[in-house]
Amino acid sequence: MAGLTNSRRRGGGAGWLAAAPLLVVTLIAFGIPTVVLVVGAFSVKGGGFGFENLSATMREPYLGALWNSVTLSAVVAILGAVLGAFLAQAVLTSRSGLLREAVLTASGVLANFGGVPLAFIWIATLGNSGVVTAALGLGSGVLYNFWGLALVYLYFSVPLMVLVIAPALDGLKPQWREAALNNGASTWQFWRHVGIPVLGPALLGGAVLLFGGAFAAYATAAAMVGASVPLVTLQIADALTGNVLIGYENIALALSLDMIVIALLVMAVYLPLQKRSSRWLA
Amino acid sequence: MTVELRELRRSFGGTVALDGLSLTIEQGELIAFLGPSGCGKTTALRCVAGFERPDTGAVFIDGADVTRVPANRRDAGMVFQSYSLFPNLNVRDNVAFGLRVRRRSADERHSRAAELLELVGLGGFGERYPHQLSGGQQQRVALARALALQPKVLLLDEPLSALDAKVRVNLREEIRRLQLELGITTIFVTHDQEEALSVADRVAVLKSGRLEQVAPPAEVYDRPATPFVAEFVGTMNHLPGRVSGETVEVFGQTLPLDGTAPGAEVDVLVRPEAVRVTPSGDGRGFILASSFRGSIARLRVQLDGGGEVLADVPGHEAVRLAPGLKVDVTLVERPVLTAPRTAVAAPVEPVG
Repeated sequence: MAGLTNSRRRGGGAGWLAAAPLLVVTLIAFGIPTVVLVVGAFSVKGGGFGFENLSATMREPYLGALWNSVTLSAVVAILGAVLGAFLAQAVLTSRSGLLREAVLTASGVLANFGGVPLAFIWIATLGNSGVVTAALGLGSGVLYNFWGLALVYLYFSVPLMVLVIAPALDGLKPQWREAALNNGASTWQFWRHVGIPVLGPALLGGAVLLFGGAFAAYATAAAMVGASVPLVTLQIADALTGNVLIGYENIALALSLDMIVIALLVMAVYLPLQKRSSRWLA
Repeated sequence: MTVELRELRRSFGGTVALDGLSLTIEQGELIAFLGPSGCGKTTALRCVAGFERPDTGAVFIDGADVTRVPANRRDAGMVFQSYSLFPNLNVRDNVAFGLRVRRRSADERHSRAAELLELVGLGGFGERYPHQLSGGQQQRVALARALALQPKVLLLDEPLSALDAKVRVNLREEIRRLQLELGITTIFVTHDQEEALSVADRVAVLKSGRLEQVAPPAEVYDRPATPFVAEFVGTMNHLPGRVSGETVEVFGQTLPLDGTAPGAEVDVLVRPEAVRVTPSGDGRGFILASSFRGSIARLRVQLDGGGEVLADVPGHEAVRLAPGLKVDVTLVERPVLTAPRTAVAAPVEPVG
């Protein structure tokens, strides 16, 4: 027994050793920045610690930017999740292997499209002098507002949702649908009582991912709308670079802490549901 | 409630799944659809359930043509091969699913679910979720769910194939008990001949979308209508024989023919239990292998002239009739089926 315990102890040690590179990277990439961020967020002018910076982020103009970011991310997450799920379902049930491969491959490419190149594509298409704007005579300002930004974010969010939800849709057994029909259910009743509840956590997981992607996006928004649509990431950049006012670096860190808290709150809803879903779709 | 399949034809691309299948299942009867993979048995069942629409032909339930009736209005309970319980619902809600979509009250749903769970031996399991049950328990729940709406017909699509041997035997007996108790017309699809023979009132053997024979189990086994049925149901020896009038000469014996022979030189089809093996120093073969199966032992006898024959002997003979022993082989005198000559003596093992 003692031997077994010792071997287990040795096994455990070896396991931690194998994980050491990952732990080191995690410490460098996440641990140290988080500590710096938290310390900075609570450091007040003149030395010492306090809630001054965090309080500032709960006032204008930062609160408005925070609210804009949350709203934009929520809109992108909900629309992206719904559109992506419908698109994935349509493709997976089309019985065309070629279409499936084409859509999944395209989604893989588009989901990784972002930053300034993405902004440029949309500016060239729907900007004030964009090809489509000119062709359709849409006038100016179509793109440079909240909904324009949401449209651009959806351009990479919908494909991302397709990639995320496709395996879950594949895991939805055809027999469940047939069993529901056999019990007298309509197609809608199947989705209401079985399909959507089973897929719910996966849908929510996808929506959380889209929320995170939109919430953290910076370059596309900076290139497209600048200060015309205040977002928290743009405020952080301005505060860190002293673009507007000097000496507001710690407010930037407090805003980052706000973002972390919001992300954690969203994850707290998602993780327990995801655990249950993985058991159903196994 | 009777179920009638009339001239059902169904193709998938170039593959013909059903090729003019006609069959009537009587009220309260349990009929087993038996056949190898691709014979059309599941397609036929799915036509009755409404999940497949035949290209031509019709399905009647209790005299009414339901061919065009959607699956959710068919009044047929079905148990699927794979566990098809809804994973997000507990056992009670799975069983009561049909009542829920029909907007029955919670009290009615719960009491009906409890009643059915008692019936399948799972009283007290209502609050559990499917992933907390064994395969056999899940299929019992699926059976209870299929019965919840008191359907006219019960359809079982290889419900036992995913279970291990012991559970399979127990559950098939349970299914038969319930079917007799409820008197419900039942179609049981299986590729396992032992399963079909043990539970069914009649067995319908299918091949390439056509009905080869439909008869009570004993008749299918003892008087197979075609060589295919003879070979598919049970184990069959193929022994070289020569037809002479109404008899056939095989192993130096003359046996009466069952039906007509396909030619003069034929394969005589003989069950292992119709082969007698006796120790004999100058016998015509020797025991190649012996497989003890409890009440019987199956011997593989190598014949001197080439070829092999299988013989079933009482289990207690297994020690005496050991591999290597020189033996004589004789056949029980009764009418035998014949098939076109294929090979020198060769046994055909069952598929299922």
